[in-house]
Amino acid sequence: MIVGSVLRMRTMLTVRLFLLSAGVVLMILPFVYMLSTSFKPNRLSLELPPRFLPSHPTTANYVDAWTSNDFGRYFFNSVVVALATTAASLILASMMAYAFARLAFPGSRMLFALLMLGLMVPTIMLLIPQFVLAKKLMLLDSLWGLVFFYTGANIALNTFLLRSFFRDIPTELEEAMVIDGAGPWARYWRLVLPLSRPALATVGIFTFLASWDEFTWALTSVSDPDKRTLPLAIALFQGQHATSWGLVFAASVIAVVPVVAVFVAFQRQFVSGLAAGAIKG
Amino acid sequence: MAEQLQNRSATALASDAPGGRTARPRGALRSSRRGDALSAYLFVAPGYILFVLVILYPIARAFEISLFNWSIIPGAASEYLGLANYRRALNDPVFWRALQNTAFYMAFTVPIQLALGLAVAVLLDARMPARTLFRTLYYLPVVTSWVVVSLLFRYLFLTDGGFVNWVLRDGVHLTDHNISWLGSRWPAMTTIGILGIWKGVGWSMVIFLAALQGVPRELHEAAAVDGAGAWRRFRSVTLPDLRPVVAFVTVMLVIGGFNVFISVYLITGGGPLDSTQVLLTYMYRQAFTFLDFGYGSAISFMLTLIVAVLSLIQMRLFRRREVT
Repeated sequence: MIVGSVLRMRTMLTVRLFLLSAGVVLMILPFVYMLSTSFKPNRLSLELPPRFLPSHPTTANYVDAWTSNDFGRYFFNSVVVALATTAASLILASMMAYAFARLAFPGSRMLFALLMLGLMVPTIMLLIPQFVLAKKLMLLDSLWGLVFFYTGANIALNTFLLRSFFRDIPTELEEAMVIDGAGPWARYWRLVLPLSRPALATVGIFTFLASWDEFTWALTSVSDPDKRTLPLAIALFQGQHATSWGLVFAASVIAVVPVVAVFVAFQRQFVSGLAAGAIKG
Repeated sequence: MAEQLQNRSATALASDAPGGRTARPRGALRSSRRGDALSAYLFVAPGYILFVLVILYPIARAFEISLFNWSIIPGAASEYLGLANYRRALNDPVFWRALQNTAFYMAFTVPIQLALGLAVAVLLDARMPARTLFRTLYYLPVVTSWVVVSLLFRYLFLTDGGFVNWVLRDGVHLTDHNISWLGSRWPAMTTIGILGIWKGVGWSMVIFLAALQGVPRELHEAAAVDGAGAWRRFRSVTLPDLRPVVAFVTVMLVIGGFNVFISVYLITGGGPLDSTQVLLTYMYRQAFTFLDFGYGSAISFMLTLIVAVLSLIQMRLFRRREVT
């Protein structure tokens, strides 16, 4: 009986692993093919039968993309925008979240309810009025304009996530600081922020990846070629050089590698953050 | 942006208003003083001003712009049209086709993502080697930019020299000619749908996996002792327990499906001859190609309404089923 059930479990596990591996092949194959094309000379980018190991591997596409096609600059633009957005979001959202979590003030419920309303409306629905506003504020065609709109678009979600984390910090610690005469700023800066490093990390990673990958607002608000971020540059490049697949994918790999690195390095925070945001409540 | 969008609405659904009945938030300090209110406003102000400018004010403006023949030239007056932009949409065959295409994308991608995401999560919900690796690999498309995967699928589905056609023709001999995937409406919409499923499965998988780990083991064991097989245990123990999560994932996927934009924009651009327009690509074309901001806004606003109504209906439905 026991031997039989062990055997059955073994078979079950084998079936599981087989099905999962088959699925993984489908998930990963396109990436592998992309990687391989990026190392092929352009004349071989449509060779049939398809080769996953390039017969004449070359890094020419990467060199070309980085130097003569300005992807070095676009990479730098993306880094600046994503880092600045992450920093601004963490500061502004954590301040708001602290007030909503811990301080009593008239109007807090209404302000928070409006914040939640903002969370429900997908940003892309606001593209046109945002464009009209950005034009008036002279925030078109500028990297700071991107930072401004990305931070504003993420702030409701980030405040919501941080607020629920701050509320779980025991109040006794803060009460003790109050007795010692510490004001709200000291409590926020010296107690709440240091205790919230995991939550700040989660929020920071989400914000970084979202602004690194953002396309629609960049497409709408940036027309100066010098201000392009990577996703915008890749899309426009493909539009102009429809058949230079090796070059397009070399640029894509340059854009994807940092994302994969961040994702793999911070996986724990990533998955727990996603689950907390979704399942909680 | 899609997963960002899903995440953001995810939390919105799970949200609760701060503080119970009283003005004091739960967990607020008992010993807070009057000076704290002033500090609180200083804490909130910088972020909130940004939020008002980027989100709240545009929400208010969105409907207003749709009532005008909006002039983008500064200083020039815009002509008030009332609801004419909305009437125009109702008489516009491309608008209806875009609505159909959007609905097709939603109907094609949502059930398959639900089923596959749940299946992968159930398979992963066991002690096994390389579990984290599997989870990471399934999630990889979710974190990859829409721009990159859209161009990648365009490449894979090329008519001549494309990988998919090679597999279908020379690999499994399902067809004797190269299929023109992006040359006409339904094959192109199918391609875009396959991309949506491929990119989205990992997201629902992660949510389901987290929820599965919350299903009490004892229930499973008790059912197993009673002689219930694996499928039976799944149907009568796991699934009922997952119902709220299934509801949540469904609502999110439907919202995400109606928001399809980047993949269509980059794979077909809505063509050929507007046959693959979805609502958002059509909105974008009206607003930023033809500079018809009023008509574009009207399309956006109707889409927002459709999504809001659908979400409400779904939440109602799921709640009712839970009661019975």
